[in-house]
Amino acid sequence: MSVPPVSLDRRQVLVIGAAWTLPAAAQPADPVHDLEAAVRGFAGSAPVRQGRVTLDIAPLVDNGNTVPVSVTVDSPMTEQDHVQAIAVFNERNPQRDVASFVLTPRCGRARVDTRIRLATSQKLVAVARLSDGSVWSHTVDVVVTLAACIES
Amino acid sequence: MARTLITAPRTARRGEVIEIRTLIAHAMETGLRVDAEGRKLPRDIIHRFTCRYGDELVFSAELFAAVAANPYIAFSTVATASGTLSLTWEGDNGFAHTETLALTVT
Amino acid sequence: MKGLAWVVLVGAGAAVAQPAADPRRSGFDFMSAATQAMQADDMQNPGMLWVAEGAALWQRKEGRSGRSCADCHEAGAAPAMRGVAARYPAFDAPSRQPVNLQQRINLCRERRQHAAALPLESRELLSLESHVAHQSRGLPITPSTDERLRPFRALGQALYEQRIGQLHLSCRQCHDDHAGQRLGGSTLPQAHPTGYPVYRLEWQGLGSLQRRLRGCMTGVRAEPFPYGAQELVALELYLAARAGGMRIETPAVRP
Repeated sequence: MSVPPVSLDRRQVLVIGAAWTLPAAAQPADPVHDLEAAVRGFAGSAPVRQGRVTLDIAPLVDNGNTVPVSVTVDSPMTEQDHVQAIAVFNERNPQRDVASFVLTPRCGRARVDTRIRLATSQKLVAVARLSDGSVWSHTVDVVVTLAACIES
Repeated sequence: MARTLITAPRTARRGEVIEIRTLIAHAMETGLRVDAEGRKLPRDIIHRFTCRYGDELVFSAELFAAVAANPYIAFSTVATASGTLSLTWEGDNGFAHTETLALTVT
Repeated sequence: MKGLAWVVLVGAGAAVAQPAADPRRSGFDFMSAATQAMQADDMQNPGMLWVAEGAALWQRKEGRSGRSCADCHEAGAAPAMRGVAARYPAFDAPSRQPVNLQQRINLCRERRQHAAALPLESRELLSLESHVAHQSRGLPITPSTDERLRPFRALGQALYEQRIGQLHLSCRQCHDDHAGQRLGGSTLPQAHPTGYPVYRLEWQGLGSLQRRLRGCMTGVRAEPFPYGAQELVALELYLAARAGGMRIETPAVRP
C-alpha cells in the first residue's frame, strides 16, 4: 500500500508536536495561568506526594457559583507534627488561586471548609505543607453544569 | 457593618477541639464582570480572614476571587483557657470587620 | 397538573399533609445533595443573613410614628407573623387588588408607620420579607379564599399559559409539560414558590419570586414586567394556588 501524501493537517500536527518538545527553560512557569506552576510555587523544592490530603467536593455541581469544598489532612496537629498550610488551586478559572490557609497546632484538627466558584468542569487540587517540610496533595475532577437560561 | 452568622460554642472543656463556622455577607466582586453598559465592575473582595484566640493568631486564610459570594469559612481550634476569640475579615476598599466571641473553658 | 384542581383540594378542607399520590415536588427535590445540605443548615444557608438583618429591621423605629414593626405586631395590637406568608398574596381592600408581602410591608410603612416605602427588591425590603416569610417555614401554603381574588387568579393562570417572547414559550410548557426533563445541563423544576425569597446560587444573592419571574421572561427573550406590576402579582397568586398545601421552606437555596 502506498504512503498517503502528507496532508496540510498532518504538517500542522507536526509543527504543534515540535513546539511541545521545546526545552522547559524556553517556557517560563506562570503560576497565575499554569496549575502545575501554582502547585510548585506552594511546594517550593519539596516533592509533591499524593495522599494524606482529602479534597471533598461533589463530583457533579448544580451551579458553579457556589460549590462547597472541604479539605482534611490526616495529622495529629501537635507541636511536633502538624499542618502548616493548605492551598487550593483550580485548573480553568481565570486565575489558579482559590484560597490558602495557615494552620497552627492550636487548630486541633486539620480541616477547613469553604465555598468556591468554578467557571467550568475542571480539576481542583488541594495541597498541604506539613511541619516536617513534606508536601501532600489530592486532585479531584469536578463536572460543573451551567445555568440553562441566561437572565442578563 | 457587614452582616455575619457565626456558630461557635460558648463553653468548652479544656483540650476540646471546637468548630467555628462563619458566614459573612459580601458580594466578592471578581473584577471580571461587566455591567449593562459593558463597563468592567472593579474587583472588590475579602482577601484575608484571621482568628485570634486571646493574643495568639491560631488560624488565617487568604481568599481570592474564586471564593464564592457571602464567604463561608469553617475551621477548628483547641479550647485552652477562657478568653475572647477575635474574628477579622479584611478586603478591598478598606473593608474591615471584626466579631468577638467569648469562650468559657472549664 | 391543573391549577383549578389544587384550589379545589384546599377549598374542600383537605388534610394538611399532601396526599400520597401528589405528583408535586418542591424545587428542593431537584437539587444536588450539596445544595440541599446548604439549605438545611441554618448556619450555612446564606439566605439566613437576610433573615437576620430582617429581624434587626423589625425592631427599628420608623417614620413619623416612631414605631417599629415589633411595637404593633408583638404587642397583640396586630397579628403575629406566623402563618402570614402562607396566605399571600392577599387582597388589599383600600387599593382593591392583591398585594404580595413586599407590597404589604410597604403599605404598613406608609399607612401605619408613616414612613416612606422601601424600593421594591431593595436589600432592606428583601430582609424584612425574608424575616416575615421565615416565620411560616414548615407551614403549608394556604392560599386565601377571598372571592375578590378570583379574577386576579384567573389573570395569573392566563399569563402562565400564554406563550411569550422570541422563544415563544409559556411557563406551562417548561414547568408542567416538561418538568423533570433537562434544559441544557439543568433539570426543569415544577415552579412551586415554596421557599421565597430564595438565595439563588446563580444570583449569588437573595431575591423575590418576582425577580425569578422576570428572569424567566428574559430567558425566553420577552420584555419582563416591571417589579410590582399587577401581572406579576397575578402570577404569584396563581402559583400560590397551584402550590397549595406544599410546605414553606423560606429561605430556600436554589441553583
